[in-house]
Amino acid sequence: MATIYTLWLREIRRFKRNKGRLIGSMALPALFLVALGSGFGAFFRYRSDVSYTAFIGPGIVGMSLLFSSMFGGMNVLWDKQFGFMKEILVAPVSRIAIVAGKTLGTVTTSLIRGTVFLAALYAGRLVEFDIIGFLEVLVFMFLISASFVGLAIAFASRMSDPHGFQLIMNFVIMPVFFLSGSLFPLDGLPGWLKVLTFLNPLTYGVDGMRFALGGPHHFPPLLDLSVLLIFWALTTIAGALMFQKMSA
Amino acid sequence: MLIRRRAGIASEIIVVKGLGKNFGSLTALHDLDLAIKEGELFGLLGPNGAGKTTLISILATILPPTRGSATICGHDIRHNQHEVRRSIGIVFQDPSLDDELTGAENLDFHARLYGLDTRARLSRMEEVLALVDLEDRRNDLVKTYSGGMRRRLEMARGLMHHPHVLFLDEPTLGLDPQTRRKIWNHILTLKDTFGMTVILTTHYMDEADHLCSAIAIMDHGQIVALDTPDALKSQLGGDVVYLETSPLDKEFVKDLRDAQEVTNVSIHDNILALTVAKGESFIPIAFDAAARFGVTISGVSMRKPNLEDVFIKITGREIRDEAVSTPKERIRVYSWGKRR
Repeated sequence: MATIYTLWLREIRRFKRNKGRLIGSMALPALFLVALGSGFGAFFRYRSDVSYTAFIGPGIVGMSLLFSSMFGGMNVLWDKQFGFMKEILVAPVSRIAIVAGKTLGTVTTSLIRGTVFLAALYAGRLVEFDIIGFLEVLVFMFLISASFVGLAIAFASRMSDPHGFQLIMNFVIMPVFFLSGSLFPLDGLPGWLKVLTFLNPLTYGVDGMRFALGGPHHFPPLLDLSVLLIFWALTTIAGALMFQKMSA
Repeated sequence: MLIRRRAGIASEIIVVKGLGKNFGSLTALHDLDLAIKEGELFGLLGPNGAGKTTLISILATILPPTRGSATICGHDIRHNQHEVRRSIGIVFQDPSLDDELTGAENLDFHARLYGLDTRARLSRMEEVLALVDLEDRRNDLVKTYSGGMRRRLEMARGLMHHPHVLFLDEPTLGLDPQTRRKIWNHILTLKDTFGMTVILTTHYMDEADHLCSAIAIMDHGQIVALDTPDALKSQLGGDVVYLETSPLDKEFVKDLRDAQEVTNVSIHDNILALTVAKGESFIPIAFDAAARFGVTISGVSMRKPNLEDVFIKITGREIRDEAVSTPKERIRVYSWGKRR
């Protein structure tokens, strides 16, 4: 427990310190929301009562979670590059506890970002939710974040070179975001896109959040939840296994 | 090869038996046998690539050995990893601090990982910060520290859990001479304060000579010599006195060659190199002889043997200094840091 708390505390301390990074990490999703929302929103509405900006709102929260969780997990790669990982690995503590602490720390900071976004959407009347809806959306946010942190730790543990980060950015993070139904509705997709989108776990996370936020959603919420739980379990196991195999 | 220290049967804190490491087809460590006494400041001296860091990494349980075994404080490095890790502190060759935390936060992180309670965390932080003179910079971010300060902070961190054995892997690599001196003083102070066993690797001969009570010279993954610095140097037979005379007087040379103190004479052009037990007392004798033969000595110099000479004698070549690449590596690493 002490180990988990120590690793968690490190993430929180770094997060609190770096206001610039916080703002920077919020800027891209905000840009997507405003630019795409206003741009496409001018000639496209999801339904007469749901503007395009309101439609992509939960998708942008998902984007923020995906990016911050993946970046946070990939920090393992930087810790290796800067040698701090040696300090962690030579300590008399279990690696499982290290992964758990790192994950919880990153999930915490990602959820703070996501919640700030959510509050902004609420303030802008783009989403509506009550306390139950908020708790539901938190569950989905947690699952999205924890899953992608696990996935990122699995990747980062396998890599030795920080240049691999670019690879993950282009071949994992971006495709997962763009093929998730964050920016487009899931009904009436062409076959190939439908396959890719339906195989993407983030699709179910965003769909679950849309349900929790009282918006238009595609799948039954229990299906969303089940898919995410399975994905979370798989990525957590993958992350823990890869991290244990890693050498400093 | 079996090298065993003669003294200290009772208090051996590190015992290495037949320890070897292969990286693919490359043998980084040949089967090493080594015993290190408690309280020693033990130096592993050798060129880069000699296997010093490999040996330390294996002892610190971050690299598994290919064969053989080793114990630290009686704990086996393969089977009792947590116990070994609790009994050692280590300062790695490459930086291993979190730049985005303060000095105090780096220490706090370490203390928590090693399970210290709040009171011990606070009191030991004071203790180790005072030891390395970083009290006034504790709340600054590590990224604002100089190279020497980082090293000192890493040393302080390695001490927080009061290890029995402290490993220092090239503690002064890439530091300026003044900072090196300071680090040396810190190493000696903390050894005296805690009475711990310190194992340090270095490829600086003067560093090993100045600090260590025992030295193992490593080359190509093997220990080629092991003794106290003085004993190693005395293998060379003493000081070398150089006399410059012209012209070279044969009688004078013969007289010196026959002198009791002289063990070896060699002549290069008009310079005489004489190996003697004690150079300081031999020089006046040489001048007396010169006066007797009417020889004018136009120049004199003397060299105390150093570990470099020992290394050359044992391996037949100079220690290769390939360390130049390392500071560059570090600069690269630090500049990456800004992009994080």
